[in-house]
Amino acid sequence: MATTTKLVGLQAEPAEIVKSNSMWGDVWRRFRKHRLAIGAALVLLLIILLVLAGPLFWKLDPERIDIVSAYAGMTAEHPFGSDNLGRDTLARVIYGGRVSLAIGVSAMLIAMTIGTLVGMLAGYFKALDNWLMRLTDTFLSLPLLPLLLVITLLFRDSLRTAFGPELGIFILTVVVIGGLGWMPTARLVRGEVLTVKEREFVLAAKSLGASDLSILWRHILPNVVSPVIVAATFSVASAIITESALSFLGLGFPPDFPTWGRLLFDGKDYLTLTPALVFWPGLMISLTVLCVNFIGDGLRDALDPRLRNKH
Amino acid sequence: MTQYFIRRVLTLIPTLLVISLVVFAVLELSPSDPVGNLPLTIPEETRAKIREAMGANDPFLVKYVKWLQQFLINEPLNLIEKTTGAQFPGSEERLRIISWQTRSPIIDLVFERIPQTLWVVGTAYLCAILIAIPIGVLSAYKQYSWFDQIGTFLSVVGYSVPTFFMGLLFVIIFSVRLKWFPSVYDTTHVVTDFDSFIHQIRQIMMPVMVLTLFFTAQMSRFTRSAMLENLSQDYVRTARSKGLNERSVVIRHALRNSLIPVVTLVALGIPQIFQGAIITEQIFRVNGLGQLLILAVQGGDLPTVQTLTFIFALLIVIFNLVADLLYAVLDPRIAYN
Repeated sequence: MATTTKLVGLQAEPAEIVKSNSMWGDVWRRFRKHRLAIGAALVLLLIILLVLAGPLFWKLDPERIDIVSAYAGMTAEHPFGSDNLGRDTLARVIYGGRVSLAIGVSAMLIAMTIGTLVGMLAGYFKALDNWLMRLTDTFLSLPLLPLLLVITLLFRDSLRTAFGPELGIFILTVVVIGGLGWMPTARLVRGEVLTVKEREFVLAAKSLGASDLSILWRHILPNVVSPVIVAATFSVASAIITESALSFLGLGFPPDFPTWGRLLFDGKDYLTLTPALVFWPGLMISLTVLCVNFIGDGLRDALDPRLRNKH
Repeated sequence: MTQYFIRRVLTLIPTLLVISLVVFAVLELSPSDPVGNLPLTIPEETRAKIREAMGANDPFLVKYVKWLQQFLINEPLNLIEKTTGAQFPGSEERLRIISWQTRSPIIDLVFERIPQTLWVVGTAYLCAILIAIPIGVLSAYKQYSWFDQIGTFLSVVGYSVPTFFMGLLFVIIFSVRLKWFPSVYDTTHVVTDFDSFIHQIRQIMMPVMVLTLFFTAQMSRFTRSAMLENLSQDYVRTARSKGLNERSVVIRHALRNSLIPVVTLVALGIPQIFQGAIITEQIFRVNGLGQLLILAVQGGDLPTVQTLTFIFALLIVIFNLVADLLYAVLDPRIAYN
């Protein structure tokens, strides 16, 4: 018996037996069908490339003041125009994008870490559930934008002296946006954990003597990771918008430090002179958020377990 | 039902207390100085006296309880006196929450600002509801048609483009280039005759359009998914097979059921619109609640910021309750216990 089995195994093409059908392979195949999401991913990749590699091609210094060519329209010298001091908007948009994207990603990481942690603890440990969910509900009833404004305003100066003007504001913005954005994820994760922890494999792990920590980490976390990824995408988008809104209200980074929102804020006083100052940074924010949202939609369709068997 | 209502209202109390404590603590713990904006020529001893007189040196809990008493007892009493003309004992020496900037009671400031905010934001919200629901229904009914594709695409665009950029784009297009609408909202404008009415319409147009676009994007998407869920239900097939015409199947059966989540979303969105107004009011210079908040934040006016933030929180909590209760009233499948 054993020899025959071995023979069959040897004769068949190994590549066909080990047909790649991993979870991520499936997800990628479904994601690829979502044409809008693929297009959005490409555009987003272009934006990231522009922001990271832009200075290699566009060598103008974003801080270089050139009063003579102030308020330039869209010319060959300044394709995106220039501001009241003649600083080049394209260079400033490139540098501003780094900050905006970095804030979006870091705030998302903070929000997802807190949200997943709270959600897993609340879903797994019955004793903590009530308290943690009360906490989540209370945080959900906090008025976000007013509170953000207030916190940024109040703690700006002390952080500025502690970490320097730019890093201080960066830390403050990221921590505040992330710290006030974890609640939806916590609810989502809790709901998933509640169903996952009743499954047989968790029971099996428990009966084998696995500790709570290893059950949570090795068995439950991998099962709640898909909704977290989708939530993470949308969270990047909303963090970018929130940062721009703060900057737009004049409460973000210092004036000589470009972020997309700050550029909008600085440009809005020169609308009649050169609309380009407002148009390009605004377009970059909108395009980035739009792409991230489309990618999120595509990921949700690709990862949603309820749709998984329908394709 | 009554029991559910009472229990739900009672849970509000601890929530509100925690929120008020958070709002109060954030501001109290901050290194902000109430006399920081006064002229530099004022000597330090005088500054200390001003701070003392403002009660800025009291212990934390004393300040919190005082503020709570002023906000929850004194101000409502004042409001009742003002609206009904009744007099309660001690109305003269009743302490009020005073703004550090304007030296006037904050609640009065708030009531001065509310009409402008309500006008702009309320109109936009109504317009959005009227536009979004038909779009959502049609999108769902003709799923994957060109109308649905375009509608879904536009709604993602609508909530991806931030209101502040949309607002500035509108200013560039409609007031700088086309000169159709004024870019600044004139709140002292009074409608007396037809011409001034037209002017009012023109100046309210842009802020309303910006907010309407934003709300419509969210609401139509939500209506669409609620409708889709209902259109594939068994009762819709039953209604069709009994020979009802499409119109009443869609409107009287599917839409009615889909409106349950939509109505709660509308209720939940009301506190959001006040917050959304903060940015829009800033762009179009509407002197509403949002602008009051921004001015107070910029001027380091702690009591005003505290009160406004707490009012926003109060709105959120109250409309959460309203949404829950509406859900319970509208949807008979929900058990209250």
